[in-house]
Amino acid sequence: MSEFLDMKGYGIYVWPAYALTLGALWLNVWIARRQLRAARAEARRRLAMLEQNP
Amino acid sequence: MNSRPSALAAAVAVLERDLVLAARRPGEWLQPLGFFVLVTVLFPLALDPEPSRLRELAPVALWISLLLASLLALEFLFREDARDGTLEQFALSGQSFTALLLAKTATHWILTGLPMVLAGPFAVLALGAPAKAVPGVLLAVLLGSVTLSLIGAIGAGLTLGTRRGGALLSLLVLPLVMPVLVFGARATARAIAGDELADAILLLGALGVLSLTLAPLAAAAAVRISME
Amino acid sequence: MSWTWFHRFGSPPYFYRFAGRWAPWFLGISIVLLLIGLYGGLVTAPVDYFQSEVYRIIYVHVPSSHLALLSYTWMALAAAIGLIWRIKVCHAIAAACAPAGASFTALSLVTGMIWGQPTWGTWWTWDPRLISQLFVLFFFLGYMALRGSIEDRDRADRASAVLAIVGVVNIPIVKYSVIWWNSLHQPATLIREGGPGMPIEMLWPLLVMLAAFTFYFLAIMLMRARVEVLRRERSGTWLREELARTA
Repeated sequence: MSEFLDMKGYGIYVWPAYALTLGALWLNVWIARRQLRAARAEARRRLAMLEQNP
Repeated sequence: MNSRPSALAAAVAVLERDLVLAARRPGEWLQPLGFFVLVTVLFPLALDPEPSRLRELAPVALWISLLLASLLALEFLFREDARDGTLEQFALSGQSFTALLLAKTATHWILTGLPMVLAGPFAVLALGAPAKAVPGVLLAVLLGSVTLSLIGAIGAGLTLGTRRGGALLSLLVLPLVMPVLVFGARATARAIAGDELADAILLLGALGVLSLTLAPLAAAAAVRISME
Repeated sequence: MSWTWFHRFGSPPYFYRFAGRWAPWFLGISIVLLLIGLYGGLVTAPVDYFQSEVYRIIYVHVPSSHLALLSYTWMALAAAIGLIWRIKVCHAIAAACAPAGASFTALSLVTGMIWGQPTWGTWWTWDPRLISQLFVLFFFLGYMALRGSIEDRDRADRASAVLAIVGVVNIPIVKYSVIWWNSLHQPATLIREGGPGMPIEMLWPLLVMLAAFTFYFLAIMLMRARVEVLRRERSGTWLREELARTA
């Protein structure tokens, strides 16, 4: 297992590259989900205001 | 009989008008040239003035200065006419909006780009280039400068009316004109070294032709969108 | 194939619901493919003769680069359709592509740099592929900067559409100019591309990873596009009903 992590000494390059990639992929999804929640709340607010001021 | 003037006549009218207006305020139109000369002068000052190094530096100094000065000039390509409603008149006139804007771009180039093109050879000579390099340098800078104006007009149109338009204009235009820099600087370097520069010049020419055909359409679309 | 298909997708409520249904599936598929590709790339793929284990970065670098370009092209296409036919949903899709595309481009650059350090001895080099990716990043950043500078959303949509189209025409020119520039100095091809020389055990994880990234892009694009559709919707009864549905 430690051989696998070490990657013949190149582990210090390979693992950060993979970690950054997966991290970026996850981050984009997380941000998109948050933005959707916020957009829905904002849309609800806008609709409510429209209903109050016809 | 009330025939509408031809597109060419309209374009010429725009050209004349812009030249007359510019003649009233020569200072504004000389600023890019002044900037160009100044930045070119700064290069050897920032570096060691050893002759062979300067000669190597000449293409860099020339093209970076040209690029930056052109960006500066682009800021006022459409600005005044957008402000005083002339652009709207162009749009409503029934003439080809693209042709009118191209006429404006051409005039702008004559007033700002052409002086820099003519100053270019002097700049490289001052940086130690041999006299035989001048025709090649002149051709390269001519082609490059025209292309810069054509592509820059797109950026100018997109950033019309945005607050800090200048910085955004540069951010948008510089990546688009990078090939002009690559081919132009290379052509200049070859001219100074006395090498064969036909392929670089041809590539510059190709960029110029491509820009002439496509860029005005994009610029017109950009200006129209900005005017809404 | 009739135009009704086209019109249907142009309708915000239809697109919103379509995207909501399919995005989770695309994301799920991409995760499965990702796991398979990671296993193949990190475990079963053999050691490279020249680059030993470090070549494995190819399995994240190459998909990132390809998706960077794919997402820009997709963005420009959506923007163009939105501009010509005045379809708001297309502008929403275009806006949705930019952050993911910029991420892919940045990832491509960073993984390329990490790969470069052990193989070339330096983090950065003026290699055509890195420079081209850098300029694609500039195009994305310029697009997002232009959008940010225009307050009116419709105007921002249209102005950035023009920019995206101009950019997509420029990408091959930029690439060519860098390759031309670089050919003058004849360095070795530094980033090892997969190619016909690659044995199948090395190649299949790459293809799987490419597919994984593509499905991921579709998922994230649909997710973000829903956000953009919501932001552009003024009223519309579908909105009320849709918001009442799920939390």
